[in-house]
Amino acid sequence: MIRFLDVHKSYRVDGREIPALHPFRLDIVDGEVFGIIGHSGAGKSTLIRLINLLERPSGGRILIGDTEMTALDEPALRAQRRRIGMIFQHFNLLASQTVADNVAFPLRLAGERDAAKIHSRVGELLERVGLAEHAGKYPSQLSGGQKQRVGIARALANRPEILLCDEATSALDPQTTAAVLELLAAINRELKLTIVLITHEMDVVRRICDRVAVLDAGRIVEHGTVADVFLHPQHPTTRRFVNEALPEEAASAGAPLAEVRGRKLRLTFRGATTLSPVLSRVMRESGVDFNLLAGRIDHIKELPYGQLTLALEGANADAAVAALRDAGIEIEELP
Amino acid sequence: MTAPLLQTLFPNIDDWSELGRACIDTLLMLGGSLALTVLIGLPLGVLLYLTGRGQLRAMPKLYGIASLLVNVLRSVPFIILMIVLMPVTYALVGTKLGVRGAIPPLVIGAAPFFARLVETALREVQQGVIEAAQAMGASTWQIVRHVLLPEARAGLAAGITVTAIALVGYTAMGGAIGSGGLGDLAYRYGYLSYKSDYMLVTVVLLVVLVQLLQMFGDRIVARYKRH
Repeated sequence: MIRFLDVHKSYRVDGREIPALHPFRLDIVDGEVFGIIGHSGAGKSTLIRLINLLERPSGGRILIGDTEMTALDEPALRAQRRRIGMIFQHFNLLASQTVADNVAFPLRLAGERDAAKIHSRVGELLERVGLAEHAGKYPSQLSGGQKQRVGIARALANRPEILLCDEATSALDPQTTAAVLELLAAINRELKLTIVLITHEMDVVRRICDRVAVLDAGRIVEHGTVADVFLHPQHPTTRRFVNEALPEEAASAGAPLAEVRGRKLRLTFRGATTLSPVLSRVMRESGVDFNLLAGRIDHIKELPYGQLTLALEGANADAAVAALRDAGIEIEELP
Repeated sequence: MTAPLLQTLFPNIDDWSELGRACIDTLLMLGGSLALTVLIGLPLGVLLYLTGRGQLRAMPKLYGIASLLVNVLRSVPFIILMIVLMPVTYALVGTKLGVRGAIPPLVIGAAPFFARLVETALREVQQGVIEAAQAMGASTWQIVRHVLLPEARAGLAAGITVTAIALVGYTAMGGAIGSGGLGDLAYRYGYLSYKSDYMLVTVVLLVVLVQLLQMFGDRIVARYKRH
């Protein structure tokens, strides 16, 4: 568990204190993929750097398990950092070293001298990220996606319990992003390590995160399971992020909605209900007509979901809504 | 066959072995002072880098003092520095003359210059790479040894080349106050005794030396830059 207890951070700029993160509490559970989403300048890169104390908080305490990170001296902090892997937007590989030496670097830093051990561990890691045949190359000879895989192999070298991802896919094209996210999800499943990632893309959160916190101007304005936050965003910033991830719906749910007759509802299906013909059964039984205005069926991580905007017409609309609710569908009335 | 030809071309040069001796002296002064300059300038440059504003071990006061010292030594013309340093030189190596007497002022003149080049080369290293090493639990010393110096090696090699060439110029200047070498010949025979063929030969030799140093340095820089 990573715990932030009343942590805050401000920077001194020209003699004035500029707050970067207002006091907050946050628990990140072992083994989950936790996303922090925010626009640039919202404070997310400060927040992720508080975990391994690349940034020192101005106040409050940070705990990882039973270790109070904020109370450690330099050598103890360095030892703790070896248990936390980190990958970066711009990969930050050593340009002067081969792929194998980059991956071996954290092992050597940790004091490993046995060349045979280093060699076999590096081989294992490169195999895991699918770069076994590139061991002798230099970073400049690799594509962005390959560089990030080297970064991941390097971050995993010392078998960390936590992996921090600092905009790890922001410099990659969509296809490469998908592949890297898949790799991260697989690592999370197989190695049971906790992943904390920051991003400005809701799509990244939707694909691999279990829970998410939305950061806006130094405050966590909303947090919860990705499904809850994504399907029922409360804060305007969250809504904007969700709409960015669903551009087609945002466009179709605009002005014309007001002109449609009938009772307008947004239905949210999660998990099994997405896969059963609930809607058609209820409508047939209640004799209500519906007009489909907007909709989407997709996945949040492995959870299938559907979100439909309907207009109901007919005398039995109330009964239909009640029946839908009984079937486990979340319903919001729209104006 | 060759001797008469050389004699016609360079009538004043009667003792070619003296020229050979001067060449060797210049190379000894260059080699010795370059080695010591790197040995002293590299740590000094690392110190300047680390203690600079916003760096790993930012210490504004220490940086200010080191920076001032470097600037003072760099702003004194080398010929003056040699003269001013004479007592120090004598205390260090027991003579003010010859190759040995030349090395202390050469090093004291060149090390601050090289230190600045080191500082600049280290600043070129991506901040993100340093941050990554910190995140891996690297100590400052490990970052210097395994990140900064290897990542900046192209810049460092370029800095050593520039410093070596500056040292060639300094060794030649040292000739004016009795340090020996090619500069000494050019000054004593070429300038004071109007034997311009001496001047020509020494200058050509110096040009060749500088050219070789530059080519050698460029080749190393290019190799390091490939990755």
